[in-house]
Amino acid sequence: MASETAQPGFWARVQRTSVERLHIRLESLLVLVLLSAAMALLSPFFLSLSNFLNILLATSTIGVLAIAATFVIGSGGLDLSLGSVMGLAGVAGAFVAVNLGWPSVFAVIACILAGSIAGYINGQLVTRAFVPAFIVTLGMLGLARGLALVISQGRAIYGLPPEIVYIGQGRPLGIPMPVIIFVLTAIVAHTVLAYTRFGRHTLALGDSEGAARAAGIRVEQHRRIIYTLSGALAGLAGLLFTARVNAGDPTAGINYELTAITAAIIGGTNLFGGRASILGTMIGALIMGVLQNGLTLLAVQSYYQQMAIGAVLILAVFIDQYQVRKESRV
Amino acid sequence: MTLLSLHKIRKSFGAVDVLHGVDLSVAAGEVVGLVGDNGAGKSTLMKTITGIYRADTGSIEFDGKDILGLDPGQRRRLGIEMIYQDLSLAKQQDVASNIFLGREPTKRLLGLFPGVVDKTEMDRQAARMIERLGAHLPSISRSVGSFSGGQQQTVAIARALTFNPKLVIMDEPTAALAVREVQSVLDLIRRLKSEGIAVILISHRLNDVLSVTDRIVVLRHGRADADLVTAKTNMNEVVSRIVGGGDTAAAAAHEQRG
Repeated sequence: MASETAQPGFWARVQRTSVERLHIRLESLLVLVLLSAAMALLSPFFLSLSNFLNILLATSTIGVLAIAATFVIGSGGLDLSLGSVMGLAGVAGAFVAVNLGWPSVFAVIACILAGSIAGYINGQLVTRAFVPAFIVTLGMLGLARGLALVISQGRAIYGLPPEIVYIGQGRPLGIPMPVIIFVLTAIVAHTVLAYTRFGRHTLALGDSEGAARAAGIRVEQHRRIIYTLSGALAGLAGLLFTARVNAGDPTAGINYELTAITAAIIGGTNLFGGRASILGTMIGALIMGVLQNGLTLLAVQSYYQQMAIGAVLILAVFIDQYQVRKESRV
Repeated sequence: MTLLSLHKIRKSFGAVDVLHGVDLSVAAGEVVGLVGDNGAGKSTLMKTITGIYRADTGSIEFDGKDILGLDPGQRRRLGIEMIYQDLSLAKQQDVASNIFLGREPTKRLLGLFPGVVDKTEMDRQAARMIERLGAHLPSISRSVGSFSGGQQQTVAIARALTFNPKLVIMDEPTAALAVREVQSVLDLIRRLKSEGIAVILISHRLNDVLSVTDRIVVLRHGRADADLVTAKTNMNEVVSRIVGGGDTAAAAAHEQRG
């Protein structure tokens, strides 16, 4: 049964190691480096510590959403409601803190809880009502956004307590709080996805539901947990955004799912599940962050930035599918 | 010693009778071929053994115990494993992940956080399991989907072995394999037998069945129509039993040509 495989070249071995041990794709790292180099050449403001922190700060919200997208897509699902749920969560938190006047800790809980409930409903509908994830989460995209507008009466809720604002604007040791929270979340998420049974089962489930079921994994329950987790992370993203802009904005996070899913796909997540890594997604999120930051520094209108993100998403999936087809031909 | 013994198993789905009283016995370490035309009831019979279906009437004894009322999980714990034709593998995951899917060994991260998968231990045990089968894989850390059909079959068998089965049921293990690979899968079956594990081999490839089994049971119209000792039968007889008599020379000659 031993089949003779050709001795892989150096590049192939480095690639394999990076994929198997570190769970990242070298191509995405290369794109990040090239993109950063290009931006540095084009704009004199790009290479500076303050701009670097700016990029990380702007990436933190999207990055947390991208972590959620990675888990869901890696499990063979899809969550289009990320941006709307993030908006709803931010409004819920601001409503609790400002309109109800409750202590800040309840506002934090409200953000996470609102997101979790939305995600839990997604999970229930996907696994019990047999409505495809695409439709369920598309519906939730509308539901959550509408509810956010209802709660806030269509206006941003201002006047958040200082503790909440600190979460968004505080800078312990000069590092923005959202960046710290984002990085910690990423570390935990990476550990969970790559090294725990839960994470391995998530990918196995996205790879082959039949294999996961045959292995005794409670497939439906696992999916419900994944969608709830996704909602909770969207809630966290909502908290970070609301705290940073110091307002519960019902229009926050519009189109953010687009960027988050793009970041996950660029990072090497298989669109159809089974392969995903948080480290890869972080690189993907940074690519999106650098792209947006660079285009802003170059004074490119934000309309064009939207177009760029959409194009990058299609391009990333195209390259991924191209590679999959190439591999399956071997 | 009889390991598995089915007596007068009946199973119907609504108005459709699939099994009309099947008798079947398998001894420990015996390789039994189960053949029959499409629709003869092979899959249904196997699923009543693994517990996915419950027989309407009849008795099933395994290892001296009546298992008729047991669910698939309980039967698996007693030592019944089934390898389906699709192998139920997660193709993008590596060998060890597939072998231990759902039962990954864990350790404490930094001696503190429990529940972290012990990948080193997993890889070590997986390699040992592959070695035990006398098989070779290009790399244990590659995704299973990059392997050939026979190599994937090896992983599926290694996975089954981790449950310490007494009986392994294999559904068309050689159906989609390259010629060279068929032999290695048949060798794997012989290896299981040499370890005292009984095998039920469901296959349409009669040459494979004739070369690896001790007995051949022919299922026809929901009955065990014939129970042949492999050493004392031949292609003609098996084919004629499958199609139910008549002039089977042409069909047998066709099978013989392979």
